[in-house]
Amino acid sequence: MTKFSAWNVFWNGLTGQKGWGRQWRDPAPKSHYDVVIIGGGIHGLATAYYLAKNHGITNVAVLEKGWIGGGNAGRNTTIVRSNYARPGNREFYEHSLKLWENLSHELNYNVMFSQRSHISLLHSPGAIDAAARNYNTLRRTGTPDAEIWSLERLKQVVPHLNYAADARFPIMGAAVQKRAGTARHDAVVWGYARAADQFGVDIIQNCEVIGLTRDNGRVTRIETSRGPITAGKVALSVAGSTSRLWSMAGLGGLPIETHKLQAFVSEPIKPLLDQVVVFGIGGAHFYISQSDKGGMVFGGDLDWYKSYAQQGNLPIVQDVSEAAMSVLPCLGRVKLLRHWAGVVDMSMDGSHFLCKTPLDNLYLNAGWNYGGFKASPAAGWYLADLVANDRPHETIACFDLKRFERGLQIDERGAGPDPKLHG
Amino acid sequence: MIILNCPFCGPRDHSEFDYGGDGSITYPSLDAPVEDWHAAVFLRDNICGVQTETWQHTQGCRMWLLVERDTMSHEVHSIRPAHPGHAAVLEGKV
Ligand SMILES: Cc1cc2nc3c(=O)[nH]c(=O)nc-3n(C[C@H](O)[C@H](O)[C@H](O)COP(=O)(O)OP(=O)(O)OC[C@H]3O[C@@H](n4cnc5c(N)ncnc54)[C@H](O)[C@@H]3O)c2cc1C
Ligand SMILES: [Zn+2]
Repeated sequence: MTKFSAWNVFWNGLTGQKGWGRQWRDPAPKSHYDVVIIGGGIHGLATAYYLAKNHGITNVAVLEKGWIGGGNAGRNTTIVRSNYARPGNREFYEHSLKLWENLSHELNYNVMFSQRSHISLLHSPGAIDAAARNYNTLRRTGTPDAEIWSLERLKQVVPHLNYAADARFPIMGAAVQKRAGTARHDAVVWGYARAADQFGVDIIQNCEVIGLTRDNGRVTRIETSRGPITAGKVALSVAGSTSRLWSMAGLGGLPIETHKLQAFVSEPIKPLLDQVVVFGIGGAHFYISQSDKGGMVFGGDLDWYKSYAQQGNLPIVQDVSEAAMSVLPCLGRVKLLRHWAGVVDMSMDGSHFLCKTPLDNLYLNAGWNYGGFKASPAAGWYLADLVANDRPHETIACFDLKRFERGLQIDERGAGPDPKLHG
Repeated sequence: MIILNCPFCGPRDHSEFDYGGDGSITYPSLDAPVEDWHAAVFLRDNICGVQTETWQHTQGCRMWLLVERDTMSHEVHSIRPAHPGHAAVLEGKV
């Protein structure tokens, strides 16, 4: 495999770009693997990579029903941050952010991680107090770059926002995480796939898991559209499809509902917005950044009812457009280029599950809500650790399926057990 | 847009309604074991296909409704008042 370097780019430029081969193999599935990971999103691919790299486990397959990165991995708005305030989430997302900071080097693949700041607008003294409390907590617990900005500072740094005094919700300040930002989602998928493949991991596309046979408390056989496979250990990493796989294994209910989330991109325009800006008040929810190609990438709330259809509804298009106009009125004449939806695994407390399951050799990675892109490196890192050592690392011990029975909800929003409210 | 044919108000856009959630859940008695309450409050079958769910016509009659809807195609198969007494009256069973 060609190692990417400035020299390689230069040399191929001089020699007609003929030196680039395919980046990972396209193997046929073997009949047995030590570990099978179901789901070829970023989480599944990252898990395969860290299994090989951190734990020396390389007889691994990633099974993907479509093409890798065709799910939420390729549909998200690419926001990466670690400004979570609840214990458990703080340590987890900060670990993830640290992995992001070195990811391009580690994978020898430019994932275009851009630490451009994540700016949450604040519209009331109460909101400023609440944000200050959370961000003070963050600063004291290992996230040094959490800041509260005054209106004057915000106006200097982000001049185009709607600062009108007669705005419905006038802006009063902002909560800012400076090491947060965006990354190129497809590049992360491809980077992990290529790096895992180099360790010998089989990435098998167009391979849908259609049945899980269990015997004596273990998964004994995986039925796929490309034939049966057996595995020592099986990891589920299928985002919005988790309940479908869970019921194939006959495991009953889960604290998860599948909802859909839309995203939008405009026609490319000249550089306008250097940061990620988030607006959320009184029922509105909106986040926006500008891609390297110039498109304004933005999104808002879920579609508000449970759905497995990867297709969004029109009321949300209107909702999100209205939010866009109230924050950045200068976007009024910009044309919408595309919009799409992904099915997300909304959990009962808005936090995820990285844990063992009632079956001895089945491991679960799910419940990522809106926010699993930023989590990808750490989700892969800890899931690999869990599969390899068959015990949860202390950082993920709270992300088990039994936490609700113990009375624990890791609920950043304080919204209670209603999955659609955790957006 | 999903059109929900409210038994009280007639066909309306789904944006007039609030989504409740899984309508097949029955809450256990107050002194039931904690596992039963855990299952009712936190565990969902999360069906891909036709499920029974609750919606409230918040911007209309404010009644709670039981809707059978396909969670993949969004096709609505049936809709009736969640309150069994209202349903019985409307459906001519009383
Ligand atoms: C519109 C949108 C915007 C988002 N924005 C952000 C954001 O700004 N920041 C952030 O942190 N997160 C965001 N997210 C969430 C994030 O994208 C997801 O949490 C994350 O991508 C999930 O992990 P994944 O990449 O492994 O999932 P996916 O890419 O969905 O991977 C799951 C894979 O499993 C496969 N699969 C399913 N069933 C089977 C089967 N039976 N057999 C084989 N394979 C199967 C699917 O085809 C899919 O490829 C957003 C999500 C959406 C939809
Ligand atoms: Zn009505």
